[in-house]
Amino acid sequence: MARFILRRLLLSLVTLWLLASIVFIIANVLPNDVGRTILGPFAPQESVDALNERLGTNRPLLERYVESIVGVFTLDFGNSFITNKPVLPELADSIGRSAKLAGLALVITIPIAIIAGLFAARRRDRPVDRGIVLLGLTSSSIPEFVTGTILVVLVGVQLKWLPVTARPPRGADFLVEMRYLLLPALAMAIVYFGYIARMTRAGTIEVLQSDYTRTATMKGLTTSQTMIRHVLRNALIPTVAVIAVQIGYLFGGIIAVERIFNYNGMGSTMLLAAQQKNIPTLTAGAIIIGIVYMVATLAADLIIAWMNPRIRLDAER
Amino acid sequence: MDVPIAPAPAAAPVAVGGVSERAQARRETIRQLLKRPAFLIGIVVLLGWVLTAILGERITPYDPFNDFALNHQPPGQVPVPNTDRIEFHPFGTDRLGRDVLSRVMVGSRDVLVVAPLAAILGVTAGTLLGLIMGYYRGIVDDVLSRLVEAFLALPVILVALLTLVVLGPSPLVVVAVVGILFTPIVARTVRSAVLSERQLDYVTSAKLRGESGLFILSREIFPNVLGPIVVELTVRFGYAIFTVATLSFLGVGIQPPSPDWGLSIAEEYSYMIAGVWWSTLFPALAIASTVIAINLIADSLQSVLSE
Repeated sequence: MARFILRRLLLSLVTLWLLASIVFIIANVLPNDVGRTILGPFAPQESVDALNERLGTNRPLLERYVESIVGVFTLDFGNSFITNKPVLPELADSIGRSAKLAGLALVITIPIAIIAGLFAARRRDRPVDRGIVLLGLTSSSIPEFVTGTILVVLVGVQLKWLPVTARPPRGADFLVEMRYLLLPALAMAIVYFGYIARMTRAGTIEVLQSDYTRTATMKGLTTSQTMIRHVLRNALIPTVAVIAVQIGYLFGGIIAVERIFNYNGMGSTMLLAAQQKNIPTLTAGAIIIGIVYMVATLAADLIIAWMNPRIRLDAER
Repeated sequence: MDVPIAPAPAAAPVAVGGVSERAQARRETIRQLLKRPAFLIGIVVLLGWVLTAILGERITPYDPFNDFALNHQPPGQVPVPNTDRIEFHPFGTDRLGRDVLSRVMVGSRDVLVVAPLAAILGVTAGTLLGLIMGYYRGIVDDVLSRLVEAFLALPVILVALLTLVVLGPSPLVVVAVVGILFTPIVARTVRSAVLSERQLDYVTSAKLRGESGLFILSREIFPNVLGPIVVELTVRFGYAIFTVATLSFLGVGIQPPSPDWGLSIAEEYSYMIAGVWWSTLFPALAIASTVIAINLIADSLQSVLSE
């Protein structure tokens, strides 16, 4: 197991290096003059030169590349163009708030989606199953901001059940805060319901057809004993993998949701940075979410290896 | 030359023999598709949006760009000020008094050009990469697989946002960014399809005949992995609409004065809290209907082609 973890960790570092390089290329190689990109075509050349001097973007590309890669591995993403302070501490609070929102979305969606997937698999090709499959397909194909809009109109404005903004009043306790986050979290949960339910369904159907499930049934175990002791452990492997992938996407989709619900998380920070052409903040955001994705998939790989020793042994060989 | 005898792969029902049988198999696939209500609903909805986009102002009840009656009128009858005329706006009017129904009808124009182009770019590049990775394996595959991993870890919306900030928002940049971000996902799918094909007898026999790698890839393996590629193209089309609409909503996709749905929501959503729901809800439902339609088509294609 130790060798497996070590191997996966080393591969993650390679992936991180490549990811940081792609982001570096977008931010530094695509624009031939970073200062000009930020200030626009009508700014005088002197101010462009001064900005390039201040940002260090007039230095050779290779030097900037080495610095930026070293920065990524030491979690130093440079200074914000606007405030001239290090990016990461400025981002930390908003990342925390977004994590709260994303976490609530996952807490809502994972149990419901897994139960729906199991339920559909047990009733394969019956109307309930077709219904769940269709619902999953529909819910995961609609962008979060569209679901968010529809939810605001129906639940917030027409029925007035929940607040239409995600920002609770000052000094609100945890439960009130969650109440404010419920509608945006629901908008995100609906998108991820489809992916998780479909994967759970597919995984369960495959296991239900296996010989060992038939053996378990034939030796007289009840349905719930078979499901819990034999089916779930293997059936949920693809589910774990898809949840990990979704955690990365969750932070991508959160930008639009935060805009709809006026929430001051990472998404609004990124959107503000985009309006201000604050490239260091944007690149830091992209890389941090990339790291979140990589940590989530790494964790999923470890959980899967623990769930199924065959995968672990294959990987070690 | 002879087409080698291939064990009919599950993904693409291409039969033994010549072109006529291939055409027959294609006809059978289409016949199977037309029997599925989900596919038919998807096609009807999608073609409906294509039709309104093409006909545009010729069939909209009002001018989608400037018909300034009264701003933010709820759906229904609106008396025009200083006249005794009464206009009927079934979806209400937006903040500039433009008819929401007319704008929704032509709102698919830009996204239905940009999204398919992005999907085609991503699937073409991804197919090429996937074919090479799956067939040649070795060091090329190892290096490209690492790169694919890194691309998959990138948050699509945020990287697109960054690129559009750097290069300036333009439809061409949107196509390029979304297409390139989709490429690795397609490459991975095609690669795994090629991996299971390359060990089949027909590939071995082509190799023994001394065919070149390029020939085997393009004339032997490619037709047999076409099924998953077609499915991937429809799935990516759906995701491209998803992504382009989100980018337009964030202000870096399709630009004003386009009546684009995502853009309309961006311009109107802040009025929702005040009770103006019609100017955001109808564009939102339009996006939802389009992506659902495309996913119904993709899902039907997938189940028919894998039967």
